[in-house]
Amino acid sequence: MRAVITVVGKDTVGILAKVSSLCAAHNVNVTDVTQSILQDLFVMVMLVDLSGIRSGYAVLADELTALGNEMGLSIKMMHEDIFNSMHRI
Amino acid sequence: MINFTDVLETIKMINEENLDIRTITMGISLLDCCDSDIDRCCQKVYDKILAKASNLVATGEAIEKEYGIPIIHKRVSVTPAAMVLSACEVKDAVKFAKTLDRAAEAIGVNFIGGFSALVTKGFAGADLDVIRAIPEALSVTERVCASVNVGTTKGGINMDAVKLMGEVVKEAAIRTKDRQCIGAAKLVVFCNAPEDNPFMAGAFHGAGEADTVINVGVSGPGVVRSALARHPEANITEVAEIIKRTAFKITRVGQLVANEASRRLGCPFGIVDLSLAPTPAVGDSVAHILEEIGLEKCGCPGTTATLALLNDAVKKGGVMASSKVGGLSGAFIPVTEDAGMIAAAECGSLLIEKLEAMTAVCSVGLDMIVIPGDVSSETIAAIIADEAAIGMVNFKTTACRLIPAIGLKEGDRLEFGGLLGGGPVMRVNTASPAKFIHRSGQIPAPLQSLKN
Repeated sequence: MRAVITVVGKDTVGILAKVSSLCAAHNVNVTDVTQSILQDLFVMVMLVDLSGIRSGYAVLADELTALGNEMGLSIKMMHEDIFNSMHRI
Repeated sequence: MINFTDVLETIKMINEENLDIRTITMGISLLDCCDSDIDRCCQKVYDKILAKASNLVATGEAIEKEYGIPIIHKRVSVTPAAMVLSACEVKDAVKFAKTLDRAAEAIGVNFIGGFSALVTKGFAGADLDVIRAIPEALSVTERVCASVNVGTTKGGINMDAVKLMGEVVKEAAIRTKDRQCIGAAKLVVFCNAPEDNPFMAGAFHGAGEADTVINVGVSGPGVVRSALARHPEANITEVAEIIKRTAFKITRVGQLVANEASRRLGCPFGIVDLSLAPTPAVGDSVAHILEEIGLEKCGCPGTTATLALLNDAVKKGGVMASSKVGGLSGAFIPVTEDAGMIAAAECGSLLIEKLEAMTAVCSVGLDMIVIPGDVSSETIAAIIADEAAIGMVNFKTTACRLIPAIGLKEGDRLEFGGLLGGGPVMRVNTASPAKFIHRSGQIPAPLQSLKN
């Protein structure tokens, strides 16, 4: 199963490092990363492969949300199918 | 890689524009719970609901977490109570309602629909027992929702039932007058009621349905409005196209969630209801979409035309996004649940007569409308009859959910809180239709019914 992690907020040092370290700690492989600054807002979209995840999906999702709160960012992990179904026929 | 802008669009819809799945509703057949003994019948009903729907809430929450899409309600609809109770020697409908309420509480759902009777052409079995018990049942339970179907295009309108429902609506409000007349807000009077509707208060599980089924209702007025706001110069053809494209995306999410819920609960997927269901929250209003298209205030001339356009475009976009579509499918216009409708009613732009015209071109009917408490039961019945006539002639579902505000008059307010919202008491024409209502009888099925 693959999921999309989105990070939205004020750009600061170490966002990519912290999010990818958290993924690594859960044995989650980051397969693609795109980031951009949109109207002063840092936006990062990360595609991750969860097939080797050690904890449950919900545990990582909660930890990502907590990391976001700590860094003043909005971090969400969502199953990739929601994007596929909405934007592809 | 999934497209970057697509991802951002989805995130924005959810975070800023209130995109959500309004409800996952599990329909459960209670036909196999019939029993000549009321206590055994109630026990079977309780056991079956718990056996089938115990995991509903947890499953909904798990999907919500995994896909990152809010799922507001998890609910249950059951076979119309009157059908199940018909077999009982003592047709104690209030006891049956209390059983539904206990079962709903045990599985953690906020509403259970199906305290219902279908009486298009007459009363049979326990129909009258259920209908007469509605006011008490709605006052002694928290979660039970009631509905009565009084007409169909194929059968005409049962005017005896219409007259009775005028009294029942009023009595339901009187019995709950210390609780903002909430009883009447949980009671819908239908014409052409759909058997697979996931939305409360009118949901019930039709006799032609499978044993259990998952129906999903989507939402997203805020998303449609934002999409239109990005194209202020678009002409009407383009407006329809924008709505259609947006509805497609919203419905695809509904279909995804429906499939996933059906798989996890081991229960067949029924339908996706293509609806724009507003909430009182800012940015979640159907009235504001109409105003975005170009009305100064919802209710002004042009409202019916813009609503017709919106309703049609929502269906055209949604129908391709889902494998099976059903329920009410269309834009909802519940006054107290829509910030724009409330504002329009308060400033006098939106009147009941205009709402009635609007119901001819959109989903459902006169929904969540607060009327003065001294309006007679005959007048309530006549409003129901008018609305049913629109549904009967136009081959569409129409419904009335009128809330007589006992002790209050035009200009006062009722506040239900939560998603039911609140709103002003609206003016009702005071000329009497009493003679018409007391004639009783049946409005014969119209010519439109002869399609064979």
